[in-house]
Amino acid sequence: MYFHFGNVLVLTLLALFLAAFHLALGSLLRPANPEAKKLTTYECGEPPTGSAWINFNIRFYLIALVFVIFDVEVAFMYPVTVVFRDWVLKGNGLFALAEILLFLGILAVGLVYVWAKRDLEWVKRVPQTETTEQMPKAA
Amino acid sequence: MSLINSVPEMVVTTKVDEVLNWSRKSSVWYMLFGLACCAIEMMQTGGPRADLDRFGAVPRATPRQSDMMIIAGTLTLKMALRTKVLYDQMPDPKYVISMGSCANCGGLFQLAYSVCDGVDKVIPVDVYVPGCPPRPEALTEGLLKLQEKMMQERWLVKKTAAEEEVRAA
Repeated sequence: MYFHFGNVLVLTLLALFLAAFHLALGSLLRPANPEAKKLTTYECGEPPTGSAWINFNIRFYLIALVFVIFDVEVAFMYPVTVVFRDWVLKGNGLFALAEILLFLGILAVGLVYVWAKRDLEWVKRVPQTETTEQMPKAA
Repeated sequence: MSLINSVPEMVVTTKVDEVLNWSRKSSVWYMLFGLACCAIEMMQTGGPRADLDRFGAVPRATPRQSDMMIIAGTLTLKMALRTKVLYDQMPDPKYVISMGSCANCGGLFQLAYSVCDGVDKVIPVDVYVPGCPPRPEALTEGLLKLQEKMMQERWLVKKTAAEEEVRAA
C-alpha cells in the first residue's frame, strides 16, 4: 500500500522540479528591466490616481443588474423577430410566440420584483415601521 | 542573474539566439488599440481574410502581455501622452508599427492644432507602413518586415560595439 504513496511522492517531486526548472530557465533567458514607469498601474493609459481599494456605491451594482434584464431581453428578441416569419410559414409560429412570451414573462416578473423592492429609485427611503407611522396620527 | 547579452559568440549560442528569436517572432502579441480609421483596416488584418493569427500575432487587451503596439490612426496630442504611458507599461522587448500616413507623419491632419505629427516624436518606431489607410496586406507586410528585424537580434551573445551604438541611438 505504501508503494502507491511512493507514486504520489515521485509525481509531486517531478511537478515541483518542472515548475522550478522552467521558472529558472525563464529568469535566465528573459530580459528584466523594471523601471518606475513600467510598473505603474494599467488604467487604459490614464495616469492612475489614488488607491484602487476604494468603496463603490452598492447602487451601481443594482443598476447593472437591472440593465442586464433589458439588455438580454433585446438581445434575444432581435433574432426571434428575424426568424419569426419563417417559423410562421413552417407552422411553428404559435410555439415561437409562446416561447418568447414565456421569456418576457419571466423577465417581467423580475422587473416587478425590482419595482416592488424599490430598487428602481435612486434615492431609497428608509422603510417606516408601524410605530413611526402612527406617531403623527396620535399627535 | 540573467544570461542576456553576456555569452561570447559561439556556434551554440548563436543557434540558441536563433531559437529565441524564432520563438519571439512567432508570437508577436499586439496590443488591441486603435486610434482612427486605420484601426478598421487593422481589425480586418486580424480577421479571417488577412488572418494575422497565422504569423502568431494575436491581439491582447493589456500592455502587460503585449510585445508589439500598432499605432493605427491619427495620434492627437492628447492621445500621445496616453500612448507614451502605454508604451512604457509594455514589457521588454517591445516593438512599434506605425500604421498609415497619420501615424507616420501626421498625414492629412499634419497642420491641425491638436495632432501630433508622427508617432516617432513620442515613442521609437520599428516599422512604418505607408498608406491612407494601408490595406490589410500592407499591414501584414509590415509585420513580416518586423519579424525579419526580430530575427536579426542577439539575446545571449554579447553585442558588438557597433550594435551597442545603434541601440543607444
